[in-house]
Amino acid sequence: MRYSAFSLLLEALRGHRGWTPAWRKAAPKAEYDVVIVGGGGHGLATAFYLASEHGISNVAVLEKGYIGSGNAGRNTTIIRSNYLLPGNEGFYEWSMKLWEGLEQSFNYNAMVSQRGVLNLYHSDAQRDAFARRGNAMRLHGVDAELLDREAVRRMVPFLDYDNARFPIHGGLLQGRGGTARHDAVVWGYARGADTRGVDIIENCEVTGFDLHDGRVTSIDTTRGSIRAKKVGLAVAGNTSRVAAMAGLRLPIESHVLQAFVSEGIKPAIDHVVTFGAGHFYISQSDKGGLVFGGDIDGYNSYAWRGNLPTVEDVMEEGMAIWPGLGRIRMLRQWGGLMDMSMDGSPIIDTTPVRGLYLNCGWCYGGFKATPASGWCFAHLIARDEPHPVAAALRLDRTVTGALIDEKGAGAQPNLH
Amino acid sequence: MRIPCPFCGPRGNEEFTYLGDASVRRPDLNAPGAAAAFHDYVYLRDNPSGAHQEFWYHGGGCRSWLVVTRDTRTHEISDAKPADGGRL
Repeated sequence: MRYSAFSLLLEALRGHRGWTPAWRKAAPKAEYDVVIVGGGGHGLATAFYLASEHGISNVAVLEKGYIGSGNAGRNTTIIRSNYLLPGNEGFYEWSMKLWEGLEQSFNYNAMVSQRGVLNLYHSDAQRDAFARRGNAMRLHGVDAELLDREAVRRMVPFLDYDNARFPIHGGLLQGRGGTARHDAVVWGYARGADTRGVDIIENCEVTGFDLHDGRVTSIDTTRGSIRAKKVGLAVAGNTSRVAAMAGLRLPIESHVLQAFVSEGIKPAIDHVVTFGAGHFYISQSDKGGLVFGGDIDGYNSYAWRGNLPTVEDVMEEGMAIWPGLGRIRMLRQWGGLMDMSMDGSPIIDTTPVRGLYLNCGWCYGGFKATPASGWCFAHLIARDEPHPVAAALRLDRTVTGALIDEKGAGAQPNLH
Repeated sequence: MRIPCPFCGPRGNEEFTYLGDASVRRPDLNAPGAAAAFHDYVYLRDNPSGAHQEFWYHGGGCRSWLVVTRDTRTHEISDAKPADGGRL
């Protein structure tokens, strides 16, 4: 069923009795051309673009829980392409462009809201660093605008501009950045892929891979064995665990990132605002809750929950830019699992196992990358060659030294 | 999460700094194949879902390096001992 204003009107007149499920509850077939492991945003986007861009629709997406149960439903919904380095910036900008046409391409309201992402700077030195980043973005054809304090004050008047330790001197604005409704993104990709013939198989956990002559031939799951010509892993958070079943040892650590939402309040903050003197980002959902987060906890974890020192740290950072936050009650807090790579950048590549393709290492920036990740992973799987904008996101860059380290923190995953 | 420091007793994890996997071993620089061994040492990790031996530094206390055994699924700590020069 195609969604449109007309179909909405028609269903309104019929008492909304004609709506059908957005995707089928498919049972696994014996064999597929491509099996994608992981029914998060990246896996579903990959299946969607395999079907829509490459004509490969004999595809299954295996999800161990239900669609939207993992990191897809646990992020802070920010989309942006304000990266510094070649290898990243072109990729994330392609993602931004796909966001801009996403709802039309999969016929679903993902509530993409280009409300602007404003990165605050708090010193002269940081202004210079942000100017450099903005210039790098503009060299890639991406919008970036360096704002002084008064321009920021006009946008967000209630911040603590004269904070004794972290005075706000201005900000770097990417006007095309913003937010998207995270659940709707996976639902939309699931529906779009399903419409094009992809089987989305929920409650189906991978338990092993069958390898013959260095090639993956089938996948063992909790719902039986499935033969596949090609297998794509898009299981960020659990990449090491799943890849180990195929004998791979990867440059990845799993870490926990906490996010928070407040009680609903009237419209207060119109943009995505980030704190430059620490690591804090905040926006307001359409339900009215303030959605925000900060750093990862900083130790290996598969626990889906973090600890209180990070909660305290995030709240302190929020209070440093917006003292009014202290009057608002927190509603919920949760943790998601991050694939922290050794240079802080993702991997979309083939693996030493033939027929096995890898999409991982999204650190805590996977949501914004969802469309381009799927687009480029589908390209790699369909054509066995990297998409040009993802050509630098190689698995072997730790060997070659062609690292993409935005922060320059080195091979220490909890510092990226 | 409270880490049972063998010198200071149980202390909040905000007193500690995390380094990472304590099971990796710095290879011999002069051994054959040292470049590949160093790559594995610097970049590759088992990243287990379960028991994990890891280095923590008690900077907010006794300033000792510890090897902590912690379940990454539950954050439950089963052991914490002095790092003893990097040996487990």
